[in-house]
Amino acid sequence: MYNEIIMDHFQNPRNVGESSRKDGVGQVGSPVCGDTTMIYLDIEESRIQDIKFKTLGCAAAIASSSMLTEMVKGKTLEEAKRVSTQDIVSALGGLPEAKVHCSVLAGDALKAAIEDYEKKQNKE
Amino acid sequence: MKTIYLDHSATTPALPEVVQTMIPYLREQYGNASSIYRIGRESRKSVEEARRQVANLIGAEPEEIFFTSGGTEADNMAIFGVVAACGEKGKHIITTRMEHHAILHPCEQLEKRGYDVTYLNPDPKGLLRVEDIKKAIRADTFLISIMHVNNEVGTIQPIEEIGLIAREKGIIFHTDAVQSVGKIPVDVKKLGVDLMSLSAHKIYGPKGIGALFIRRNTTIDPFIFGGGQERKRRPGTENVPGIVGFGKAAEIAQRDLPADMERITYLRDKLIDGILSSIPYTQLNGDRQKRIPNNANFSFRFVEGESLLLMLDMKNIAASSGSACTSGSTDPSHVLLAMGIPFEIAFGSLRFTLGKENTEEDIDYVLKVLPLIVERLRAMSPTTIQGQNGGDNKKEGTLCTTR
Repeated sequence: MYNEIIMDHFQNPRNVGESSRKDGVGQVGSPVCGDTTMIYLDIEESRIQDIKFKTLGCAAAIASSSMLTEMVKGKTLEEAKRVSTQDIVSALGGLPEAKVHCSVLAGDALKAAIEDYEKKQNKE
Repeated sequence: MKTIYLDHSATTPALPEVVQTMIPYLREQYGNASSIYRIGRESRKSVEEARRQVANLIGAEPEEIFFTSGGTEADNMAIFGVVAACGEKGKHIITTRMEHHAILHPCEQLEKRGYDVTYLNPDPKGLLRVEDIKKAIRADTFLISIMHVNNEVGTIQPIEEIGLIAREKGIIFHTDAVQSVGKIPVDVKKLGVDLMSLSAHKIYGPKGIGALFIRRNTTIDPFIFGGGQERKRRPGTENVPGIVGFGKAAEIAQRDLPADMERITYLRDKLIDGILSSIPYTQLNGDRQKRIPNNANFSFRFVEGESLLLMLDMKNIAASSGSACTSGSTDPSHVLLAMGIPFEIAFGSLRFTLGKENTEEDIDYVLKVLPLIVERLRAMSPTTIQGQNGGDNKKEGTLCTTR
């Protein structure tokens, strides 16, 4: 059902936890499947210096979050915003059709975290 | 490393004795049981011997056993067969929301054809209330179908009491007994059922073979048509190796039942007590007493079922989860939801079903490994213990707070 890349990210998820400064935090839940993903960002000059995640969900949801954190770490916010669900799925080497919805959460949580950060910036 | 198989309600390994019994019928004794020459007659004799063995296991007469391709076909044959025979006399069927899909989906088909179906909910312990069945009966109710034992939580339903009611009202009563036969004593006379579905691969027999018990004089028509096999009720050349294997498995199940029940109950109780005492925020689903000896079903808060299963699989433990995040919409087990268990608790459910070959070492190993797995997944989970005090018991969507 899952390929080796997915199983690797599920068994050894990268960047689990909470980042130290939490400049931006995003939490998204999927009403269809009950999964929840939380993304924590530390941002330095519009660049993702550190990113951490927490996910309650199936292996596809966990692996997608893990993969996403690797893909955007070090990227500028503008670059990170352009990462799509399809990019995550491709990086994971493909997901079973029925599982694609599980990967949406990671990207949405990242966008929510970036929005959170930007909102805080505008206030200051 | 060997697999610790704890999913015996999904399927069981065929016993070596069963396999040995089957092999000749795949090779030299390949005769069609309807043929009149010697190898045909030998097949016929073996089929009838197996019919007797299966009948014995459930206290039926051999001529009340009709072989099918399995439990699903037996369920379909019962539902559609009764509908075909007495559909004009009635419009209303009673069943439950905790049935297997082999009953639920045929019932949904019948609703599309204009039949009324009442789906009863079990109580939070996974048991049906006999009162609810009494209340649901209408003048045009012609069929009640209620599983003997639930496949997910292992609860034993009050079939005997329901049987009395059905008989009194003259309603045909079917029970899906694939999860009870071979695990607890089952007697069709005592239970008062007219129809009962059986499956061989749940009792250490081969896959692809099952049976429908049809009490004599029950109003039922065939639902497939062809040759005269199974007295025209279920046409098609008999699956002789399967039938013979089923017969042997039934004989062994009957022989080993008391000893298996005692040994497996002990192991299961050790598993339940061990898990409940070592893993916080965990509950046992289904009534603790009125359940079959081999079932233990848990919900672990703040984790998801599939992740648990995969982590267990990496430790060579095979179990199952009612919640499967597939097909775009994760339905946590329809059984747990029907019991009124909140979405977020049903979400992290895990079923262990023990069997003949499990040992105490297997249970000790699970008790060693599982707490670490749950801990690891919880450490990864954004929803934490705070949910326990705050907005508990909310239905669907509690975990789906956005931002």
